[in-house]
Amino acid sequence: MVPLLVALLFLCLGAEAVDRSNFKTCEQSSFCKRQRELKPGQSPYRALLDTLELSDSRITLQLINDNNKVRLLLELYRLHGNMTRVKINELKPLKPRYEVPDVLITDPPTEPMTLVAQDENGLVLSLGVDEQRVIVSARPFRLDIVEGPTVLLSLNSRGLLTFEHLRLRKDTKHDADAEDGGGSENAEQAEDEDEQAVKEEEDKPGMWEETFKTHSDSKPNGPSSISLDFSFPGVDHVYGIPEHADTLKLRNTDGGDPYRLYNLDVFQYELHNLMALYGAVPVIISHNTERTMGIFWLNAAETWVDISSSTAGKTVFGKMMDFVQGSSEVPQTDVRWISESGIIDVFVLLGPTPNDVFAQYASLTGTQAFPSLSTLGYHQCRWNYNDKEDVKTVDEGFDKHDIPCDFIWLDIEHTDGKRYFTWDPHKFAQPKEMLQGLMDKKRKMVAIVDPHIKVDSGYNINNEIRSKSFYVKTKDGADYEGWCWPGNSGYPDFTNPEMRAWWASKFAYDQYEGSMENLFIWNDMNEPSVFNGPEVTMHKDALHGSWEHRDVHNIYGLYVQKATSEGLIQRSGGVERPFVLTRAFFAGSQRYGAVWTGDNAAEWGHLKISIPMCLSLGLVGISFCGADVGGFFKHPSTELLVRWYQAGAYQPFFRAHAHLDTPRREPWLFGPDNTALIREAVRQRYALLPFWYQLFYNAYRTGQPVMRALWVEYPKEPATFVIEDEYLLGKDLLVHPVTDEGAKGVTAYLPGKGEIWYDVHTFQKHKGAQNLYIPVTMSSIPVFQRGGSIISRKNRVRRSSTCMENDPYTLYVALSPQGTAEGEIYIDDFHTFNFEKEKQFIHRHLHFSDNTLSSNNLAPDSNFSTAAWIEKVIIMGATQPTSISLIAADGTKSAVEFEFDSAASVLTLRKPGVNAGADWTVLLQ
Amino acid sequence: LIVSILPLPIEWEQLRMKRQFYEENKPFTCLDGSRTIPFDRVNDDYCDCRDGSDEPGTAACPNGSFHCTNAGFRPTFIPSSRINDGICDCCDTTDEYNSGAKCENTCKELGQKEHEVLQKMAEITKEGFLLKQQLIQEAKNRQQEKQSKLTELQNNKKELEEKVEALRTVKETAEQPEKEAKELHLKAWEEQKAIIRAEKDKAKMAEAFLELDDDADGFVAVAELQTHAELDTDADGTVSETEAQGLLGGVDHVDTASFEKVWDNIKDKYVSEVSNNSQDSHTPDITRPVEPAPVDTPPEESNKLADNDSEQYPSDDDVQEEEEEDEEEDDYPEEDFDKAPPTVKTPPKKDEDEEAMPPYDDETRVLIDAAQKARDNFEESERALRDVDDQMKNIEKEISFDFGPDSEFSYLYSQCYELTTSEYIYKLCPFNRVSQKPKYGGSETNLGTWGTWAGPEDNKYLLMKYEHGTGCWQGPNRSTTVKLTCGKETTVMSTSEPSRCEYLMEFTTPAVCQEPEAVISSLHGHDEF
Repeated sequence: MVPLLVALLFLCLGAEAVDRSNFKTCEQSSFCKRQRELKPGQSPYRALLDTLELSDSRITLQLINDNNKVRLLLELYRLHGNMTRVKINELKPLKPRYEVPDVLITDPPTEPMTLVAQDENGLVLSLGVDEQRVIVSARPFRLDIVEGPTVLLSLNSRGLLTFEHLRLRKDTKHDADAEDGGGSENAEQAEDEDEQAVKEEEDKPGMWEETFKTHSDSKPNGPSSISLDFSFPGVDHVYGIPEHADTLKLRNTDGGDPYRLYNLDVFQYELHNLMALYGAVPVIISHNTERTMGIFWLNAAETWVDISSSTAGKTVFGKMMDFVQGSSEVPQTDVRWISESGIIDVFVLLGPTPNDVFAQYASLTGTQAFPSLSTLGYHQCRWNYNDKEDVKTVDEGFDKHDIPCDFIWLDIEHTDGKRYFTWDPHKFAQPKEMLQGLMDKKRKMVAIVDPHIKVDSGYNINNEIRSKSFYVKTKDGADYEGWCWPGNSGYPDFTNPEMRAWWASKFAYDQYEGSMENLFIWNDMNEPSVFNGPEVTMHKDALHGSWEHRDVHNIYGLYVQKATSEGLIQRSGGVERPFVLTRAFFAGSQRYGAVWTGDNAAEWGHLKISIPMCLSLGLVGISFCGADVGGFFKHPSTELLVRWYQAGAYQPFFRAHAHLDTPRREPWLFGPDNTALIREAVRQRYALLPFWYQLFYNAYRTGQPVMRALWVEYPKEPATFVIEDEYLLGKDLLVHPVTDEGAKGVTAYLPGKGEIWYDVHTFQKHKGAQNLYIPVTMSSIPVFQRGGSIISRKNRVRRSSTCMENDPYTLYVALSPQGTAEGEIYIDDFHTFNFEKEKQFIHRHLHFSDNTLSSNNLAPDSNFSTAAWIEKVIIMGATQPTSISLIAADGTKSAVEFEFDSAASVLTLRKPGVNAGADWTVLLQ
Repeated sequence: LIVSILPLPIEWEQLRMKRQFYEENKPFTCLDGSRTIPFDRVNDDYCDCRDGSDEPGTAACPNGSFHCTNAGFRPTFIPSSRINDGICDCCDTTDEYNSGAKCENTCKELGQKEHEVLQKMAEITKEGFLLKQQLIQEAKNRQQEKQSKLTELQNNKKELEEKVEALRTVKETAEQPEKEAKELHLKAWEEQKAIIRAEKDKAKMAEAFLELDDDADGFVAVAELQTHAELDTDADGTVSETEAQGLLGGVDHVDTASFEKVWDNIKDKYVSEVSNNSQDSHTPDITRPVEPAPVDTPPEESNKLADNDSEQYPSDDDVQEEEEEDEEEDDYPEEDFDKAPPTVKTPPKKDEDEEAMPPYDDETRVLIDAAQKARDNFEESERALRDVDDQMKNIEKEISFDFGPDSEFSYLYSQCYELTTSEYIYKLCPFNRVSQKPKYGGSETNLGTWGTWAGPEDNKYLLMKYEHGTGCWQGPNRSTTVKLTCGKETTVMSTSEPSRCEYLMEFTTPAVCQEPEAVISSLHGHDEF
């Protein structure tokens, strides 16, 4: 074991920081290089207008490349909810090209498009709403989506549409031509006599084989890459395409490498560069004060995204702009997508508001899975808790130091020799005893299950996968093997639905020995990570059934989490909500659980970057995001650790984690003062759990992010467009973490002209649309509640969220300058699907105006009862009433005692005592 | 009275009985004096007092605490957030009066169990404390022993130093005549050798003359020299007439007498016409091998080795070296193969051809013997002094350790204790080092060398810290904390690695056993609640 371990350590931990040479630049990725050599200009593509077919649900049209005469098929759809889908594939590909399945939750419902005008230069189609039209230009081919006189978006306006058609390899092609004359078939069928047989193109380097470092990609199918450009006139802010350790607003990539989307296990990743990381969501969101839009590029292959900002007029597009808008000094952002294989399948989300874009994207890929309440609590993780006793000691540590905690996590060392689904026979001999011990404290556990399976004939999981032929295969058909934690490992083919069903069945209580209902799962290394593979991942010519790994790479991780999540649902007979954390992700991963930002480091820069990284994920549907609190690699200073707890307490997924080689850092190991600071941070989290839960319910319902960039709520306020050191939770809580060492204060931007923001610690009022310097101490970070909002808290913080389920609420009513406020309260059983299946929940609207606070049912057809009640109401920005009365649902009226702090203008209502699920009204007189 | 000075909220039942603060139907003033509330707001599940004192029986106050009487066991305070949270915290179940949690009263059992444990502990403590007294006595004796030994050694040392000086004078006095006699003998021998060498040369010259004089006319001529290509002076491979003439001193031929001068010029190059085999024996001067310089161990080095051997504990420097070696072995096992084998010292080869120096005459030999004896005596005394020095150093080092207030830990000095687990053999050598060795072969890893006592302020002798062990890859140097608990035996009870490369060892020894009365009184202190 020792030499193996040493070898592994050197393989995976051998460098001080990221070794960039392990990962490709665009120049080193032959398709990216080929594509990028093509500069904007006249597109060789021409729309063959006479091939137009128009039905209720779609139009189709052939495109021809005048250089090589290859024909493409364009499909256009108008989708329900103000979206347009553009699909381009080869008209007659040599073999099918990969179209990503399982990401769209349904076949998106279409709406009719009508042909408004047509001549020899193009067509105009109506999208039905707001004078929206699609203009198809024939020569060169381009698409413009316009609203009235305004061009919203243009496709191929820079002429970068490229479609490397599938072809036979030259040395085999002559034979094929002689035998069946396949090459001339196209010509015969072509209706236009001018069209000739497909012209042979010169092979370029890397088309048929590519070598990176010692790894060779055999590319039996030859070149297959695709590219398309999009222009957003009037836009200079675009966001999205996670995962990158970079700013929220996307950068101009002129002169550098494009953003790369290729799920990779990057050891000790660097900040502020565009290298690919663990996950990929190919969605870009454009925003200006007038409109928010999105582009969803549904392709799971390696993808590069170039972003170029300019003012219109410098591009070909400028002429059109001049014609339409009469100005050439308008900002413009051009986006170019390049993918290695598959087809062009683009969803244009036309907004116009940020929430519209979220709803549109959610209608395609689904919303955030609604997590159980406890998963929103605090998670204590470490690589590794050594044994059962260690787990017990840590569990007791939380009680001893009165710090709430819901989950304790076990990393890879808990297994028997990195054989997932097993337990180390010495260190974790009685897993059920351990789990029962946690259950007795109403706590839970997460164990890691990675998708690499130790090749070991004594390991039944391996044997079953092998016998069912569920492993990914090499190009030659053998089981693909690579190195990962257990040594030589196989990789189950998660793209295979039968494999996923089998995998899911392994989480059944009688299959996963030692598991119990309070054990949940963590999928790591699912990029997939292959220590000795090219770029630490799988060879692209490995086979998933008939598809190459090249085609499916970015969706592999999603499938792992999907299968695991389904396993957890099935083990409870469909009753309990699952919890699965994943490192790799793709569009749609939000449906299966939580995501974290991977192996960060104990550095201030990493704390800082956690904000834009999670904000970017939130914009593209993945709300349940967090970064390892404290930083994974290296040992944080005490100040950094405390600040990270304070920040993490206000981020959706709140988990502390640490590398095996770092000293222990449970919250109580840094002296009583720091223990108290961390305790306070965690307690603030727990007090706010009702708010978090309601935000996640909202995310589940609407697709709106839980953790929001400021511009989402203040879309007309350009000052918010690049803010990434603070953010909103929902729309009502503004959080500005302290992310600088030794900070004595922070400058927060309080958005919204006419808004009022209340400091949650002091109830002090501040006006919106200003930069405010706030002095800080180590005790807390600045958090503000928006005037006009009602936030519910549970101030009886207990040792885990489950212990607090029936506790009473305190309502924090922050009055707007108009003296109004509103908010919601959402309650259910906190862990099952009964809210969905049986409508067992309480959803109430809290509303304050005209000195009246009332609670109304938002879901009259729901049914649930709670023991929780309203303990206290705190009204900020209030004036002193003479009396307060409570009118209960049955009409009975009673007096409510109150206190008024005139200095702070805070009115506190003592013990209204009404049930949290009931109708009630409070009158201030 | 006791209650009134306690700053914490007080157990509700107890207070209600005392009716000191929670007097029914009378307004209640928060214990911090911040406000007064009607009595029906005490324990009404709403927090009115900032200090939480109005809700001693509910979870309403975030900073409150709840008192469990735990009759039969120890009473305790729990945070009020644990009231009715569904988890049984108080063994008397009083914290879960309204949560539906099914709690059983386990106070009696716990009390019994605790009593047993305490009793057992008391027994151990009692016996351990007795043992500790013995240890203290032994330590005292040992200390006295050491002290007197040290005094003795100090005296010894003085004597030895004097002796060394005296013997040095004796030695030097004896060495002077020895040196002179030896030099004389050598000089005579050198002269003798020169004569022999000259005779040999002459014989060789005569032989060469005969060889060269091919026509045996009693002269060596130009032509005769030219047959000896090795005499070529301009390196063109042949001896020209002019060259030969040059060699002959500008004449065409020389007789035996004049050849003497010529011979001086050519004897180094000249090759006998006789076969090669015989050549060696005829020209011993040319091929004489150089005698290798004798390899002596420098005296300092041997001293150092001796030091190390005699020292109980290697000096810091040596430990450092060992550590470095360990580290290498640990992390780069493959490099072991590169290590060169130690150089084997070969004794100098005697040149058999060389004629031996004649033995010293009897007079000189007597002088040499006398000097050697003086040298031996001197060295012996020096060794003895070093020995004493070492002994003193060791004792001084031992005395310098902090062996506890009564030196009760001194018996651990120079001892080692082992614990074998499923994978490793752990070894604790108190005041020296902690190490770990794989059970089934492999090199030892240093888990830290003695650093300091590291217990809490009131008793630092409860923890030992061993630091600067073998470095961890990308991590800290290994270190070990040894936790000492009272026990009759001196044993390593367990080891663990709570954090990467930070080891924890549990170690029992009578030396930390407290006086039984102290233990008992501290237990009674709990009971007073």
